[in-house]
Amino acid sequence: MLLEVRDLQVEFHTRDGVARAVNGVSYAVDAGETLAVLGESGSGKSVTAQAVMGILDMPPGRITGGQVLFQGRDLLRLKEEQRRRIRGAEMAMIFQDALSSLNPVLTVGAQLGEMFIVHRGMSRKQARAKAVELMDRVRIPAARERVDDYPHQFSGGMRQRIMIAMALALEPSLIIADEPTTALDVTVQAQVMDLLAELRRELNMGLILITHDLGVVADVADRIAVMYAGRIVETAPVYEIYRAPAHPYTRGLLRSIPRLDQKGRELYAIKGLPPNLLRIPPGCAFNPRCPMAQDVCRTEVPPLFEVAEAPGAAEGRRSACYFWEETLHG
Amino acid sequence: MAEPKRNDDSMDATPNVTEVETADAATVAESVAAIEAPAQRGEPILQVRNLVKHFPLTQGILFKKQVGAVKAVDGVSFDLYQGETLGIVGESGCGKSTVAKLLMTLEQATAGEVFFKGQDITRLSGRALKAVRRNIQMVFQDPYTSLNPRMTVGDIIGEPFDIHPEVAPKGDRRRKVQELLDVVGLNPEYINRYPHQFSGGQRQRIGIARGLALNPEIIICDEPVSALDVSVQAQVINLMEKLQDEFNLSYIFIAHDLSIVRHISDRVGVMYLGKIAEIGTDTQIYDHPTHPYTQALLSAVPVPDPDAREGRDRIILSGDVPSPANPPSGCRFRTRCWKAQDKCATEVPLLAIPERFKGTDGHTAHESACHFAEERDVVHAA
Ligand SMILES: Nc1ncnc2c1ncn2[C@@H]1O[C@H](COP(=O)(O)OP(=O)(O)OP(=O)(O)O)[C@@H](O)[C@H]1O
Ligand SMILES: Nc1ncnc2c1ncn2[C@@H]1O[C@H](COP(=O)(O)OP(=O)(O)OP(=O)(O)O)[C@@H](O)[C@H]1O
Ligand code: SF4
Ligand code: SF4
Ligand SMILES: [Mg+2]
Ligand SMILES: [Mg+2]
Repeated sequence: MLLEVRDLQVEFHTRDGVARAVNGVSYAVDAGETLAVLGESGSGKSVTAQAVMGILDMPPGRITGGQVLFQGRDLLRLKEEQRRRIRGAEMAMIFQDALSSLNPVLTVGAQLGEMFIVHRGMSRKQARAKAVELMDRVRIPAARERVDDYPHQFSGGMRQRIMIAMALALEPSLIIADEPTTALDVTVQAQVMDLLAELRRELNMGLILITHDLGVVADVADRIAVMYAGRIVETAPVYEIYRAPAHPYTRGLLRSIPRLDQKGRELYAIKGLPPNLLRIPPGCAFNPRCPMAQDVCRTEVPPLFEVAEAPGAAEGRRSACYFWEETLHG
Repeated sequence: MAEPKRNDDSMDATPNVTEVETADAATVAESVAAIEAPAQRGEPILQVRNLVKHFPLTQGILFKKQVGAVKAVDGVSFDLYQGETLGIVGESGCGKSTVAKLLMTLEQATAGEVFFKGQDITRLSGRALKAVRRNIQMVFQDPYTSLNPRMTVGDIIGEPFDIHPEVAPKGDRRRKVQELLDVVGLNPEYINRYPHQFSGGQRQRIGIARGLALNPEIIICDEPVSALDVSVQAQVINLMEKLQDEFNLSYIFIAHDLSIVRHISDRVGVMYLGKIAEIGTDTQIYDHPTHPYTQALLSAVPVPDPDAREGRDRIILSGDVPSPANPPSGCRFRTRCWKAQDKCATEVPLLAIPERFKGTDGHTAHESACHFAEERDVVHAA
């Protein structure tokens, strides 16, 4: 396994109390695999990713438990100096907002080249040649002429491709993309996702894709992890989860998607509001909103059950619901 | 935030406005009466004609000289009917938000007209302009940055009453704001809370409550649900549809997400580089598109079904969107169009029902700005 997050716990100390943003998250990605992380806004997707990358704001954040095993090593036990060497070179992150993640006063070439100077000890001239090569690779037209342009001189889609170029510069084995196409329109989104998929295949990288877009997930993911209130509530191969979700929250999400091929009536919406992380409900955190909740759901936290659609069927599916069987078949 | 940057004085500089300014009181009263008269269902409440907005490109620091113009909106025409939702989609930078700002009179049009109940709002000033502004409100994209963090929810929602005190007299405001909170499904007791104490979906409801405060007839929504996850998005969209029925509102709904636009819209306009490429009912545009750009756009929408991964007929556009400062001659889409011919470089295709579809019934007969328009169903082709 390339990356394995085990029972990760993250808290934030706020003026109003301790917010338990991540409460025992476990997920894994293999080389060449794409894991999509879905879930409600505020469910801890980005915080988990930041803890994996080692870029969590501490304070106010605090990792209170768990392991982040990267190629077998627990990153949480490494010194900051060692982590810095891994970041960029072995794992890299792509953010939603490319314009604010790129330095506005440095040319794109200088920012791309910097990676090679710092991590690979290249000369300025060599680094510049590398920058042009990378820009070519992410299909920036006329890369040689544009290498000295500043970020604001590129369109949104091109800036996002430059971010991808930066993440790929040192050919890391893991990429975490946090809503990489949310700000882009569908045609540019298609270009960016195709590029990511192609490079992942070519370099056999593992990819963690955080997104709200269930269309993109269906298109590119191998496996899915669904988060709710700082936990994984369901994890499964992509085909299985779209065919028959095994957790009521996942089912609600899938039912809320508007359709492109017909107009449809009123949209299905999960009733109620996401939980306050300062006061997560006892038992299953989803119970106040769940149409299937029973007494046991209000007192006992459900563990992640193994889900087998039929006896002896594909393994690797889990659901944190007491009634996963009813959900699966209902 | 919704407070217009341009005040009435700056408008006096334009010749059109001077005309109105010198008009006698009777004419102004007539305009105001027309604006405040109840709209008729099935009648256009807004008629946009050849709307143009060019932003000057300047060079030099001390002596600014104009070296060109960003043609953000370059001849846009459409009607909005009372009680309907018109969706607007198109690539990033094609001019959607600029159209919204022009309709809100937050930007001044370079040319063209916008008739609200027959009154050209680009030429109004004073009392008549104020009456129009009350009737056209906006809900913004980002629920995280569009609300002032230092104001309470009550102050945010009640702010429009400062400019239009006639809608809610001072003593009545608190009650009015609580009523609005209730209408959008928020607890009226939240009136003294601050924006950071709400989730994204709740903040978007606050934005909607504010948009409703002045009982407008038109609400322009610029990417109102883009930052929300699908389940919260569904709640907000359902609320907007309920309010539309309840208050007989007309919406202009701008978004990148083509599925949500289909869901909420009666008609949809597709924009490319400052112009409308194709416009029609949701069935005409989604099931019977005739413009190559619409077809490319629809085919790029990822389908939420992993079984559809293979065998989809996706049109991948090559190249980037040309700069709006220097759009291609003839058809603006020709640099990326796989069907382009010589004619496309020399003749601008007009937005009209293509000759060969005229008189045919069926859904292909709708306005499309392409010399070689032909139907291609990309949404159901699997
Ligand atoms: N610096 C911080 N201080 C306090 N709380 C924080 C901080 N960063 C994140 N949180 C809280 O941790 C929780 C999880 O946040 P996170 O950003 O991981 O959500 P997410 O799942 O990525 O949501 P979204 O889909 O909206 O991006 C949220 O409730 C958030 O308010
Ligand atoms: N104040 C301004 N000055 C100069 N150019 C501007 C200004 N406002 C917008 N533009 C330009 O006008 C064009 C249209 O912008 P607009 O914001 O209307 O696009 P949009 O369709 O809303 O895009 P998005 O989907 O990214 O929001 C863009 O090229 C933009 O850079
Ligand atoms: S454990 Fe109970 S409350 Fe939680 S999702 Fe399952 S049925 Fe619903
Ligand atoms: S007019 Fe020509 S270039 Fe434009 S969309 Fe039609 S075929 Fe393509
Ligand atoms: Mg996030
Ligand atoms: Mg916009």
